[in-house]
Amino acid sequence: MDQKEALYQYWLRLGDDSMILAHRLSEWCSNGPFLEEDIALSNIGLDLFGQTRIAFTSACALEGKGRTEDDLAYKRPEHEFRSCHLAEEPNKDFAHTMVRQTLFSAYHLLLYKALERSSDEQLAAFATKSLKEVKYHWRHTSRWLVRLGDGTEESHKRVQDSLDILWSFRYEFFEVDEVVTELQKTSIVPDLSNLQSDYEALVLEILEEATLVLPEKEGFKATGGRIGHHSEYLGHILSEFQYLVRAYPNSKW
Amino acid sequence: MSDNQLPLWEVFIQSKTGLPYKHVGSVHAADAEMALQNARDLYTRRNEGRSIWVVPSDAIVASVPEDEDSFFDPSDDKIYRHPTFYEMPKGAKHI
Repeated sequence: MDQKEALYQYWLRLGDDSMILAHRLSEWCSNGPFLEEDIALSNIGLDLFGQTRIAFTSACALEGKGRTEDDLAYKRPEHEFRSCHLAEEPNKDFAHTMVRQTLFSAYHLLLYKALERSSDEQLAAFATKSLKEVKYHWRHTSRWLVRLGDGTEESHKRVQDSLDILWSFRYEFFEVDEVVTELQKTSIVPDLSNLQSDYEALVLEILEEATLVLPEKEGFKATGGRIGHHSEYLGHILSEFQYLVRAYPNSKW
Repeated sequence: MSDNQLPLWEVFIQSKTGLPYKHVGSVHAADAEMALQNARDLYTRRNEGRSIWVVPSDAIVASVPEDEDSFFDPSDDKIYRHPTFYEMPKGAKHI
């Protein structure tokens, strides 16, 4: 794999993670627990869609085949997506969504901090811009985790149950494959060897404040998203997301 | 949407450093941090401000309608309180 192909794949990963997660958050629109939080979740989703657009546009420019961001979003089948499993997880209830988002925002926060040091100017600029957004996502959702964890018996149980399921999804964030290895040769992706330990420390700090504990047993260890192996959820997400474009090709509005 | 609303907070936004904070509306929130974040999400989406105050609504003491006459009417006939009886010096621009 050459550097150009690797960077193309990397942009897809960044874009797909954000797009699928943003779609999940958009499902809360009009279903939030109260008006203010409904808007907060939509805002986070919109930030992530914005990041998706930059990532897809960069990927298309690298590919040089005249495809656009819309082609990547609306015309790729499931197995061409490079998102990780955590992004696809259903919303279930508010507690589950908050656990998913906290685990994801912690990853975004540390990853983008690292990518600010990328030798690729565009990737570094993307990281700097997105970092401002994910700092807020982390703050908003991690405070919710504390409120729910240190809240009532019911809310504590719900976030703890979700954490037990979702904690082992994190491994997929830190996988080093040929794409990452190729990009690290020229420091386009900086050294990420501390990423997992920093991530676990950051999350643990919040869990402690939230009176939550790590699960005793590791659950489903997510893997494969980066090569197009997904959970059954992604197909359902895309059938909704891509419906209009597939049912009415080339329509404009 | 739940009928059991969280406590109400009043939101004040400063659009630029140095300008006064303006009341823009209210939000529901369980605590001060949540109130600040909800205010940020609701009232600064379109670059409206650089700083936010949130105040618990029940901390605000308001005048009541019954007092309206005694509070405000007496100033109606005291036009000398308006600075309109002075000659403006020529050349003074920032008075």
